[in-house]
Amino acid sequence: MDFTDILISLIKIVVMFGVVLLTVAELVYTERRISAFIQNRLGPNRVGWKGLLQPYADVLKLLLKEDIVPTAANRFIHTLAPVISIAVAFSTLAVVPIAGETIRLFGREVQMVIADVNIGVLYILALTSMGVYGLTLSGWSSNNKYSLLGGLRSSAQMISYELAMGLSVIGVIMVTGSLRLTDVVAHQSGWMWNMILQPVGFVTFVVAAFAETNRAPFDLPEAEPELVGGYHTEYSSFKFALFFLAEYANMITASAVIVTLYLGGWQVPYLELLNLPVGVTIALQILAFMLKVAFMLFVFQWVRWSVPRFRYDQLMNLGWKVMLPIALANVIVTGIVMLLL
Amino acid sequence: MSSELIVFLILAAVGVLSGILMITRPNPVNSALFLILNFMALAGLYITLHAQFVAIIQILVYAGAIMVLVLFVIMLLNLEDEEPLREQMSKRHYGSLLVALLALVLIVQVIGWNSGGTLETMREQSPHALRIGTVEHIGSVLFTEHVYPFELTSILLLAAIVGAIVMAKKRFP
Repeated sequence: MDFTDILISLIKIVVMFGVVLLTVAELVYTERRISAFIQNRLGPNRVGWKGLLQPYADVLKLLLKEDIVPTAANRFIHTLAPVISIAVAFSTLAVVPIAGETIRLFGREVQMVIADVNIGVLYILALTSMGVYGLTLSGWSSNNKYSLLGGLRSSAQMISYELAMGLSVIGVIMVTGSLRLTDVVAHQSGWMWNMILQPVGFVTFVVAAFAETNRAPFDLPEAEPELVGGYHTEYSSFKFALFFLAEYANMITASAVIVTLYLGGWQVPYLELLNLPVGVTIALQILAFMLKVAFMLFVFQWVRWSVPRFRYDQLMNLGWKVMLPIALANVIVTGIVMLLL
Repeated sequence: MSSELIVFLILAAVGVLSGILMITRPNPVNSALFLILNFMALAGLYITLHAQFVAIIQILVYAGAIMVLVLFVIMLLNLEDEEPLREQMSKRHYGSLLVALLALVLIVQVIGWNSGGTLETMREQSPHALRIGTVEHIGSVLFTEHVYPFELTSILLLAAIVGAIVMAKKRFP
Protein backbone atom coordinates (compact mmCIF):
# COMPACT_ATOMS: atom_id res chain seq x y z
CA MET A 1 0.00 0.00 0.00
CA ASP A 2 1.83 3.10 -1.14
CA PHE A 3 0.97 6.46 -2.64
CA THR A 4 0.18 5.12 -6.14
CA ASP A 5 -2.40 2.64 -4.80
CA ILE A 6 -4.12 5.36 -2.85
CA LEU A 7 -4.08 7.64 -5.90
CA ILE A 8 -5.63 4.93 -8.11
CA SER A 9 -8.35 4.28 -5.54
CA LEU A 10 -9.06 8.00 -5.29
CA ILE A 11 -9.37 8.30 -9.08
CA LYS A 12 -11.81 5.38 -9.15
CA ILE A 13 -13.88 6.89 -6.35
CA VAL A 14 -14.04 10.31 -8.00
CA VAL A 15 -15.04 8.81 -11.36
CA MET A 16 -17.73 6.63 -9.76
CA PHE A 17 -19.03 9.56 -7.74
CA GLY A 18 -19.23 11.83 -10.77
CA VAL A 19 -20.96 9.23 -12.94
CA VAL A 20 -23.53 8.48 -10.24
CA LEU A 21 -24.24 12.18 -9.62
CA LEU A 22 -24.78 12.80 -13.34
CA THR A 23 -26.96 9.71 -13.61
CA VAL A 24 -29.07 10.89 -10.68
CA ALA A 25 -29.69 14.19 -12.43
CA GLU A 26 -30.83 12.53 -15.63
CA LEU A 27 -32.75 9.90 -13.64
CA VAL A 28 -34.93 12.61 -12.13
CA TYR A 29 -35.59 13.82 -15.66
CA THR A 30 -36.45 10.37 -17.06
CA GLU A 31 -38.63 9.69 -14.02
CA ARG A 32 -40.72 12.78 -14.77
CA ARG A 33 -40.84 12.09 -18.48
CA ILE A 34 -41.77 8.43 -18.02
CA SER A 35 -44.45 9.27 -15.48
CA ALA A 36 -45.81 11.86 -17.91
CA PHE A 37 -45.81 9.31 -20.71
CA ILE A 38 -47.62 6.75 -18.55
CA GLN A 39 -50.18 9.32 -17.45
CA ASN A 40 -50.59 10.68 -20.99
CA ARG A 41 -49.01 14.07 -20.22
CA LEU A 42 -45.99 15.85 -21.70
CA GLY A 43 -43.74 16.33 -18.66
CA PRO A 44 -40.94 18.89 -18.39
CA ASN A 45 -39.86 19.91 -21.90
CA ARG A 46 -38.94 23.62 -21.64
CA VAL A 47 -35.48 23.93 -20.05
CA GLY A 48 -32.87 22.94 -22.60
CA TRP A 49 -33.39 20.53 -25.49
CA LYS A 50 -36.54 18.46 -24.73
CA GLY A 51 -36.22 19.59 -21.12
CA LEU A 52 -32.88 17.83 -20.52
CA LEU A 53 -31.59 20.67 -18.33
CA GLN A 54 -34.66 20.57 -16.05
CA PRO A 55 -32.93 18.65 -13.21
CA TYR A 56 -30.13 21.25 -13.02
CA ALA A 57 -32.72 24.01 -12.75
CA ASP A 58 -34.40 22.01 -9.96
CA VAL A 59 -31.13 21.56 -8.09
CA LEU A 60 -30.41 25.28 -8.35
CA LYS A 61 -33.88 26.05 -7.02
CA LEU A 62 -33.38 23.68 -4.06
CA LEU A 63 -29.97 25.10 -3.19
CA LEU A 64 -31.17 28.71 -3.25
CA LYS A 65 -33.98 28.00 -0.79
CA GLU A 66 -33.75 28.83 2.89
CA ASP A 67 -32.58 26.00 5.14
CA ILE A 68 -35.17 25.70 7.91
CA VAL A 69 -34.57 23.57 11.02
CA PRO A 70 -37.58 23.31 13.38
CA THR A 71 -36.98 24.93 16.78
CA ALA A 72 -37.75 21.75 18.70
CA ALA A 73 -35.59 19.58 16.47
CA ASN A 74 -32.35 17.94 17.57
CA ARG A 75 -30.13 20.07 15.36
CA PHE A 76 -27.10 17.76 15.20
CA ILE A 77 -28.99 14.58 14.35
CA HIS A 78 -31.24 16.53 12.00
CA THR A 79 -28.12 17.40 9.99
CA LEU A 80 -26.50 13.98 10.42
CA ALA A 81 -29.43 11.96 9.03
CA PRO A 82 -29.22 13.00 5.34
CA VAL A 83 -25.44 12.55 5.48
CA ILE A 84 -25.87 8.94 6.64
CA SER A 85 -28.40 8.30 3.86
CA ILE A 86 -26.15 9.62 1.13
CA ALA A 87 -22.97 7.99 2.45
CA VAL A 88 -24.59 4.56 2.56
CA ALA A 89 -26.09 4.94 -0.91
CA PHE A 90 -22.74 5.80 -2.46
CA SER A 91 -20.39 3.49 -0.57
CA THR A 92 -22.27 0.34 -1.57
CA LEU A 93 -21.05 0.85 -5.14
CA ALA A 94 -17.45 0.34 -4.00
CA VAL A 95 -17.64 -3.44 -4.41
CA VAL A 96 -19.55 -3.57 -7.72
CA PRO A 97 -17.29 -4.56 -10.65
CA ILE A 98 -18.03 -2.72 -13.90
CA ALA A 99 -15.72 -4.61 -16.28
CA GLY A 100 -13.81 -7.88 -16.29
CA GLU A 101 -10.49 -6.98 -17.89
CA THR A 102 -7.79 -4.99 -16.13
CA ILE A 103 -6.28 -1.80 -17.50
CA ARG A 104 -2.73 -0.54 -17.00
CA LEU A 105 -2.43 2.69 -15.06
CA PHE A 106 0.81 4.10 -13.58
CA GLY A 107 2.47 0.78 -14.40
CA ARG A 108 -0.02 -1.32 -12.47
CA GLU A 109 -2.79 -3.71 -13.43
CA VAL A 110 -5.92 -1.93 -12.26
CA GLN A 111 -9.16 -3.83 -11.74
CA MET A 112 -12.38 -2.14 -12.78
CA VAL A 113 -13.79 -2.20 -9.25
CA ILE A 114 -13.00 0.13 -6.36
CA ALA A 115 -12.53 -2.59 -3.75
CA ASP A 116 -12.42 -6.27 -4.68
CA VAL A 117 -13.08 -7.66 -1.19
CA ASN A 118 -13.86 -11.31 -0.54
CA ILE A 119 -16.92 -10.46 1.56
CA GLY A 120 -18.55 -8.33 -1.15
CA VAL A 121 -22.07 -9.72 -0.82
CA LEU A 122 -22.03 -9.40 2.97
CA TYR A 123 -20.68 -5.86 2.64
CA ILE A 124 -23.67 -4.90 0.50
CA LEU A 125 -26.09 -6.43 3.01
CA ALA A 126 -24.32 -4.72 5.94
CA LEU A 127 -24.48 -1.31 4.31
CA THR A 128 -28.12 -1.82 3.36
CA SER A 129 -28.86 -2.45 7.01
CA MET A 130 -27.08 0.79 7.91
CA GLY A 131 -29.32 2.71 5.51
CA VAL A 132 -32.19 2.45 7.99
CA TYR A 133 -30.53 4.99 10.28
CA GLY A 134 -30.79 7.86 7.84
CA LEU A 135 -34.57 7.58 7.64
CA THR A 136 -35.18 6.64 11.28
CA LEU A 137 -33.03 9.43 12.68
CA SER A 138 -34.44 12.05 10.33
CA GLY A 139 -37.92 11.07 11.41
CA TRP A 140 -37.10 11.21 15.11
CA SER A 141 -34.95 14.34 15.12
CA SER A 142 -37.54 16.44 13.26
CA ASN A 143 -39.81 16.27 16.32
CA ASN A 144 -42.86 15.88 14.14
CA LYS A 145 -45.30 13.01 14.51
CA TYR A 146 -45.66 12.42 10.77
CA SER A 147 -41.90 12.29 10.40
CA LEU A 148 -41.58 9.92 13.35
CA LEU A 149 -44.24 7.62 11.88
CA GLY A 150 -42.42 7.66 8.55
CA GLY A 151 -39.13 6.88 10.25
CA LEU A 152 -40.58 4.01 12.27
CA ARG A 153 -42.33 2.59 9.23
CA SER A 154 -39.09 2.68 7.31
CA SER A 155 -37.17 0.83 10.01
CA ALA A 156 -39.84 -1.87 10.33
CA GLN A 157 -40.09 -2.22 6.56
CA MET A 158 -36.38 -2.34 5.91
CA ILE A 159 -35.66 -4.84 8.68
CA SER A 160 -38.46 -7.10 7.39
CA TYR A 161 -37.31 -7.06 3.80
CA GLU A 162 -33.62 -7.34 4.63
CA LEU A 163 -34.32 -10.92 5.71
CA ALA A 164 -35.90 -11.85 2.39
CA MET A 165 -33.08 -10.05 0.60
CA GLY A 166 -30.34 -11.87 2.50
CA LEU A 167 -32.02 -15.24 2.01
CA SER A 168 -32.43 -14.68 -1.74
CA VAL A 169 -28.74 -13.88 -2.06
CA ILE A 170 -27.86 -17.20 -0.38
CA GLY A 171 -29.04 -18.96 -3.55
CA VAL A 172 -26.57 -16.96 -5.63
CA ILE A 173 -23.78 -17.63 -3.15
CA MET A 174 -24.53 -21.37 -3.25
CA VAL A 175 -24.39 -21.43 -7.05
CA THR A 176 -21.22 -19.35 -7.21
CA GLY A 177 -19.40 -20.65 -4.17
CA SER A 178 -17.93 -17.24 -3.36
CA LEU A 179 -18.89 -13.99 -1.70
CA ARG A 180 -16.58 -12.00 -3.97
CA LEU A 181 -18.59 -10.05 -6.52
CA THR A 182 -15.98 -10.40 -9.27
CA ASP A 183 -16.31 -14.20 -8.88
CA VAL A 184 -20.10 -13.93 -8.94
CA VAL A 185 -19.94 -12.09 -12.27
CA ALA A 186 -17.21 -14.31 -13.72
CA HIS A 187 -19.36 -17.34 -12.93
CA GLN A 188 -22.21 -15.97 -15.07
CA SER A 189 -20.36 -16.19 -18.40
CA GLY A 190 -22.31 -16.69 -21.61
CA TRP A 191 -26.03 -16.99 -20.93
CA MET A 192 -25.63 -18.73 -17.56
CA TRP A 193 -26.92 -15.67 -15.73
CA ASN A 194 -28.15 -16.18 -12.20
CA MET A 195 -31.53 -14.90 -13.33
CA ILE A 196 -31.90 -18.16 -15.27
CA LEU A 197 -30.31 -20.37 -12.60
CA GLN A 198 -32.18 -18.64 -9.75
CA PRO A 199 -35.51 -17.38 -11.12
CA VAL A 200 -37.32 -17.45 -7.77
CA GLY A 201 -34.42 -15.82 -5.94
CA PHE A 202 -34.30 -13.16 -8.63
CA VAL A 203 -37.95 -12.23 -8.13
CA THR A 204 -37.72 -12.13 -4.33
CA PHE A 205 -34.49 -10.13 -4.47
CA VAL A 206 -35.95 -7.55 -6.84
CA VAL A 207 -39.09 -7.16 -4.72
CA ALA A 208 -36.94 -6.81 -1.58
CA ALA A 209 -34.75 -4.27 -3.38
CA PHE A 210 -37.85 -2.21 -4.17
CA ALA A 211 -38.77 -2.27 -0.49
CA GLU A 212 -35.23 -1.43 0.62
CA THR A 213 -35.06 1.61 -1.64
CA ASN A 214 -38.47 2.80 -0.39
CA ARG A 215 -39.78 3.03 -3.92
CA ALA A 216 -43.41 2.56 -4.87
CA PRO A 217 -45.25 0.25 -4.28
CA PHE A 218 -43.31 0.18 -1.00
CA ASP A 219 -42.93 3.93 -0.44
CA LEU A 220 -44.82 3.91 2.86
CA PRO A 221 -42.18 5.92 4.76
CA GLU A 222 -43.08 8.96 2.69
CA ALA A 223 -46.69 8.14 1.76
CA GLU A 224 -47.90 11.64 0.90
CA PRO A 225 -51.64 11.29 1.58
CA GLU A 226 -51.21 9.86 5.09
CA LEU A 227 -47.88 11.23 6.29
CA VAL A 228 -47.65 14.61 4.54
CA GLY A 229 -44.17 13.71 3.31
CA GLY A 230 -42.99 11.20 5.88
CA TYR A 231 -39.50 11.30 7.27
CA HIS A 232 -38.40 14.35 5.26
CA THR A 233 -41.40 16.60 6.00
CA GLU A 234 -39.27 18.97 8.08
CA TYR A 235 -36.37 19.15 5.65
CA SER A 236 -35.74 21.94 3.20
CA SER A 237 -33.08 23.28 0.89
CA PHE A 238 -29.83 21.34 0.65
CA LYS A 239 -30.70 18.70 3.25
CA PHE A 240 -33.87 17.87 1.35
CA ALA A 241 -31.82 17.73 -1.83
CA LEU A 242 -29.52 15.23 -0.11
CA PHE A 243 -32.46 12.94 0.73
CA PHE A 244 -33.66 13.26 -2.82
CA LEU A 245 -30.19 12.45 -4.10
CA ALA A 246 -29.92 9.50 -1.69
CA GLU A 247 -33.20 8.03 -2.91
CA TYR A 248 -32.08 8.09 -6.53
CA ALA A 249 -28.53 7.02 -5.71
CA ASN A 250 -30.04 4.10 -3.80
CA MET A 251 -32.01 3.18 -6.89
CA ILE A 252 -28.81 3.18 -8.97
CA THR A 253 -27.02 1.13 -6.33
CA ALA A 254 -29.86 -1.38 -6.11
CA SER A 255 -29.97 -1.68 -9.91
CA ALA A 256 -26.21 -2.17 -10.06
CA VAL A 257 -26.38 -4.87 -7.38
CA ILE A 258 -29.29 -6.65 -9.12
CA VAL A 259 -27.38 -6.54 -12.41
CA THR A 260 -24.21 -7.85 -10.76
CA LEU A 261 -25.89 -10.65 -8.84
CA TYR A 262 -28.52 -11.80 -11.33
CA LEU A 263 -28.13 -10.25 -14.77
CA GLY A 264 -24.53 -11.19 -15.47
CA GLY A 265 -22.91 -7.89 -14.49
CA TRP A 266 -20.57 -6.78 -17.28
CA GLN A 267 -20.89 -10.09 -19.16
CA VAL A 268 -21.65 -9.85 -22.86
CA PRO A 269 -22.47 -13.35 -24.19
CA TYR A 270 -19.94 -14.71 -26.70
CA LEU A 271 -17.86 -11.52 -26.65
CA GLU A 272 -14.66 -13.54 -26.07
CA LEU A 273 -15.16 -15.37 -29.40
CA LEU A 274 -14.65 -12.13 -31.36
CA ASN A 275 -11.01 -11.73 -30.24
CA LEU A 276 -11.32 -7.97 -29.90
CA PRO A 277 -8.46 -5.84 -28.52
CA VAL A 278 -8.55 -5.35 -24.73
CA GLY A 279 -9.55 -1.70 -24.93
CA VAL A 280 -12.61 -2.45 -27.06
CA THR A 281 -13.57 -5.37 -24.80
CA ILE A 282 -13.46 -3.16 -21.70
CA ALA A 283 -15.50 -0.47 -23.41
CA LEU A 284 -18.12 -3.00 -24.51
CA GLN A 285 -18.26 -4.55 -21.03
CA ILE A 286 -18.75 -1.18 -19.35
CA LEU A 287 -21.39 -0.31 -21.95
CA ALA A 288 -23.18 -3.62 -21.34
CA PHE A 289 -23.12 -3.01 -17.57
CA MET A 290 -24.48 0.50 -17.97
CA LEU A 291 -27.23 -0.58 -20.37
CA LYS A 292 -28.33 -3.31 -17.97
CA VAL A 293 -28.37 -0.85 -15.08
CA ALA A 294 -30.32 1.62 -17.21
CA PHE A 295 -32.85 -1.08 -17.99
CA MET A 296 -33.26 -1.92 -14.29
CA LEU A 297 -33.70 1.79 -13.53
CA PHE A 298 -36.42 1.94 -16.15
CA VAL A 299 -38.12 -1.05 -14.51
CA PHE A 300 -37.99 0.79 -11.17
CA GLN A 301 -39.76 3.79 -12.69
CA TRP A 302 -42.16 1.70 -14.73
CA VAL A 303 -43.32 -0.14 -11.60
CA ARG A 304 -43.59 3.07 -9.59
CA TRP A 305 -46.08 4.62 -11.99
CA SER A 306 -48.04 1.43 -12.64
CA VAL A 307 -48.58 -0.23 -9.27
CA PRO A 308 -50.52 1.39 -6.38
CA ARG A 309 -49.01 1.63 -2.89
CA PHE A 310 -49.52 -1.22 -0.41
CA ARG A 311 -51.37 -0.77 2.84
CA TYR A 312 -49.09 -1.15 5.87
CA ASP A 313 -50.49 -4.52 7.02
CA GLN A 314 -50.34 -5.82 3.45
CA LEU A 315 -46.70 -4.80 3.31
CA MET A 316 -45.86 -6.67 6.51
CA ASN A 317 -47.90 -9.73 5.48
CA LEU A 318 -46.13 -9.85 2.14
CA GLY A 319 -42.73 -9.51 3.78
CA TRP A 320 -43.10 -12.10 6.51
CA LYS A 321 -45.71 -14.55 5.21
CA VAL A 322 -44.89 -14.65 1.50
CA MET A 323 -41.37 -13.39 0.77
CA LEU A 324 -39.60 -15.03 3.72
CA PRO A 325 -41.02 -18.57 3.14
CA ILE A 326 -40.43 -18.35 -0.63
CA ALA A 327 -36.84 -17.22 -0.12
CA LEU A 328 -36.26 -20.01 2.44
CA ALA A 329 -37.79 -22.61 0.12
CA ASN A 330 -35.56 -21.31 -2.65
CA VAL A 331 -32.48 -22.00 -0.53
CA ILE A 332 -33.63 -25.56 0.21
CA VAL A 333 -34.58 -26.31 -3.41
CA THR A 334 -31.29 -24.90 -4.65
CA GLY A 335 -29.44 -27.12 -2.18
CA ILE A 336 -31.35 -30.25 -3.25
CA VAL A 337 -30.86 -29.54 -6.95
CA MET A 338 -27.14 -28.91 -6.47
CA LEU A 339 -26.84 -32.17 -4.51
CA LEU A 340 -28.60 -34.17 -7.25
CA LEU A 341 -26.73 -32.68 -10.21
CA MET B 1 5.00 4.57 11.20
CA SER B 2 3.35 1.99 8.99
CA SER B 3 -0.05 2.64 7.46
CA GLU B 4 -1.43 -0.26 9.50
CA LEU B 5 -0.44 1.48 12.72
CA ILE B 6 -2.00 4.77 11.60
CA VAL B 7 -5.27 3.02 10.80
CA PHE B 8 -5.17 1.22 14.14
CA LEU B 9 -4.54 4.43 16.09
CA ILE B 10 -7.41 6.24 14.36
CA LEU B 11 -9.84 3.37 14.91
CA ALA B 12 -8.72 2.86 18.51
CA ALA B 13 -9.14 6.55 19.28
CA VAL B 14 -12.61 6.59 17.74
CA GLY B 15 -13.52 3.43 19.64
CA VAL B 16 -12.37 4.68 23.04
CA LEU B 17 -13.83 8.17 22.58
CA SER B 18 -17.19 6.91 21.39
CA GLY B 19 -17.27 4.44 24.29
CA ILE B 20 -16.66 7.23 26.81
CA LEU B 21 -19.20 9.51 25.13
CA MET B 22 -21.71 6.67 25.05
CA ILE B 23 -21.80 6.36 28.85
CA THR B 24 -21.61 10.09 29.58
CA ARG B 25 -24.27 11.52 27.23
CA PRO B 26 -27.51 12.33 29.08
CA ASN B 27 -29.65 11.86 25.96
CA PRO B 28 -30.32 8.13 25.30
CA VAL B 29 -30.52 8.59 21.52
CA ASN B 30 -27.07 10.18 21.47
CA SER B 31 -25.76 7.32 23.62
CA ALA B 32 -27.18 4.79 21.16
CA LEU B 33 -25.56 6.62 18.24
CA PHE B 34 -22.17 6.62 19.96
CA LEU B 35 -22.57 2.91 20.62
CA ILE B 36 -23.13 2.39 16.89
CA LEU B 37 -19.99 4.42 16.17
CA ASN B 38 -18.15 2.25 18.67
CA PHE B 39 -19.32 -0.91 16.85
CA MET B 40 -18.09 0.57 13.58
CA ALA B 41 -14.66 1.29 15.03
CA LEU B 42 -14.51 -2.25 16.42
CA ALA B 43 -15.45 -3.67 13.03
CA GLY B 44 -12.61 -1.66 11.51
CA LEU B 45 -10.21 -3.10 14.09
CA TYR B 46 -11.36 -6.64 13.23
CA ILE B 47 -10.59 -5.94 9.57
CA THR B 48 -7.06 -4.83 10.41
CA LEU B 49 -6.73 -8.21 12.15
CA HIS B 50 -7.85 -9.98 8.93
CA ALA B 51 -11.08 -11.15 10.57
CA GLN B 52 -13.38 -9.91 7.82
CA PHE B 53 -16.27 -12.21 8.61
CA VAL B 54 -16.46 -11.16 12.25
CA ALA B 55 -16.17 -7.51 11.20
CA ILE B 56 -19.01 -7.64 8.72
CA ILE B 57 -21.24 -9.66 11.05
CA GLN B 58 -20.54 -7.09 13.76
CA ILE B 59 -21.98 -4.39 11.49
CA LEU B 60 -24.75 -6.53 10.02
CA VAL B 61 -26.07 -7.93 13.29
CA TYR B 62 -25.16 -5.44 16.02
CA ALA B 63 -25.05 -2.08 14.26
CA GLY B 64 -27.58 -2.94 11.57
CA ALA B 65 -30.23 -4.96 13.39
CA ILE B 66 -29.96 -4.86 17.18
CA MET B 67 -29.16 -1.16 17.48
CA VAL B 68 -32.04 -0.31 15.12
CA LEU B 69 -34.39 -2.05 17.53
CA VAL B 70 -32.78 -0.31 20.52
CA LEU B 71 -33.20 3.05 18.79
CA PHE B 72 -36.75 2.09 17.88
CA VAL B 73 -37.62 1.47 21.55
CA ILE B 74 -35.92 4.66 22.75
CA MET B 75 -37.80 6.71 20.18
CA LEU B 76 -41.17 5.14 20.94
CA LEU B 77 -40.75 5.61 24.70
CA ASN B 78 -39.66 9.21 24.04
CA LEU B 79 -37.20 9.16 26.96
CA GLU B 80 -36.16 12.47 28.46
CA ASP B 81 -32.56 13.32 29.31
CA GLU B 82 -31.63 11.47 32.45
CA GLU B 83 -31.22 13.35 35.72
CA PRO B 84 -27.82 13.04 37.40
CA LEU B 85 -28.12 11.20 40.72
CA ARG B 86 -26.95 13.00 43.85
CA GLU B 87 -25.27 10.41 46.02
CA GLN B 88 -22.84 10.49 48.91
CA MET B 89 -19.73 8.34 48.96
CA SER B 90 -20.76 5.17 50.79
CA LYS B 91 -18.95 1.95 51.64
CA ARG B 92 -20.40 0.36 48.54
CA HIS B 93 -18.51 2.83 46.38
CA TYR B 94 -15.16 1.83 47.84
CA GLY B 95 -15.97 -1.71 46.70
CA SER B 96 -16.68 -0.52 43.14
CA LEU B 97 -13.45 1.45 43.19
CA LEU B 98 -11.53 -1.68 44.16
CA VAL B 99 -13.15 -3.68 41.34
CA ALA B 100 -12.34 -0.90 38.87
CA LEU B 101 -8.71 -0.93 40.00
CA LEU B 102 -8.51 -4.70 39.62
CA ALA B 103 -9.95 -4.43 36.11
CA LEU B 104 -7.36 -1.77 35.30
CA VAL B 105 -4.55 -4.02 36.50
CA LEU B 106 -5.94 -6.83 34.36
CA ILE B 107 -6.12 -4.61 31.27
CA VAL B 108 -2.57 -3.35 31.79
CA GLN B 109 -1.39 -6.94 32.22
CA VAL B 110 -3.11 -8.05 29.00
CA ILE B 111 -1.67 -5.13 27.06
CA GLY B 112 1.79 -5.79 28.43
CA TRP B 113 1.54 -9.51 27.75
CA ASN B 114 3.68 -10.43 24.76
CA SER B 115 1.69 -12.77 22.54
CA GLY B 116 4.69 -13.72 20.44
CA GLY B 117 5.08 -10.85 18.07
CA THR B 118 3.10 -8.48 15.92
CA LEU B 119 0.84 -9.19 12.97
CA GLU B 120 3.87 -8.65 10.71
CA THR B 121 5.89 -11.48 12.26
CA MET B 122 2.82 -13.70 12.43
CA ARG B 123 2.35 -13.20 8.71
CA GLU B 124 5.92 -14.27 8.03
CA GLN B 125 5.80 -17.29 10.32
CA SER B 126 2.56 -18.79 9.06
CA PRO B 127 0.82 -17.55 5.94
CA HIS B 128 -2.09 -19.81 6.92
CA ALA B 129 -2.91 -17.54 9.88
CA LEU B 130 -4.18 -14.85 7.55
CA ARG B 131 -6.92 -17.06 6.18
CA ILE B 132 -8.41 -17.96 9.56
CA GLY B 133 -10.78 -15.01 9.50
CA THR B 134 -12.20 -15.63 6.03
CA VAL B 135 -15.74 -16.83 5.47
CA GLU B 136 -14.53 -20.01 3.74
CA HIS B 137 -12.37 -21.03 6.68
CA ILE B 138 -14.97 -20.22 9.34
CA GLY B 139 -17.61 -22.08 7.35
CA SER B 140 -15.56 -25.23 6.87
CA VAL B 141 -14.45 -25.30 10.52
CA LEU B 142 -18.01 -24.77 11.75
CA PHE B 143 -19.36 -27.65 9.70
CA THR B 144 -16.53 -30.12 10.37
CA GLU B 145 -14.71 -29.73 13.69
CA HIS B 146 -17.37 -27.83 15.60
CA VAL B 147 -20.49 -29.25 14.03
CA TYR B 148 -22.14 -30.43 17.30
CA PRO B 149 -21.76 -27.15 19.20
CA PHE B 150 -22.92 -25.36 16.05
CA GLU B 151 -26.07 -27.46 15.73
CA LEU B 152 -26.77 -27.19 19.48
CA THR B 153 -26.51 -23.40 19.24
CA SER B 154 -28.93 -23.37 16.33
CA ILE B 155 -31.44 -25.43 18.32
CA LEU B 156 -31.07 -22.99 21.22
CA LEU B 157 -31.66 -20.06 18.87
CA LEU B 158 -34.67 -21.76 17.32
CA ALA B 159 -36.15 -22.29 20.79
CA ALA B 160 -35.52 -18.62 21.58
CA ILE B 161 -37.25 -17.51 18.37
CA VAL B 162 -40.27 -19.74 19.04
CA GLY B 163 -40.38 -18.44 22.62
CA ALA B 164 -40.26 -14.83 21.44
CA ILE B 165 -43.13 -15.41 19.01
CA VAL B 166 -45.22 -17.16 21.66
CA MET B 167 -44.65 -14.31 24.12
CA ALA B 168 -45.38 -11.61 21.54
CA LYS B 169 -48.66 -13.23 20.53
CA LYS B 170 -51.64 -11.41 22.01
CA ARG B 171 -54.10 -14.31 22.36
CA PHE B 172 -53.89 -18.03 22.01
CA PRO B 173 -56.34 -19.64 19.60
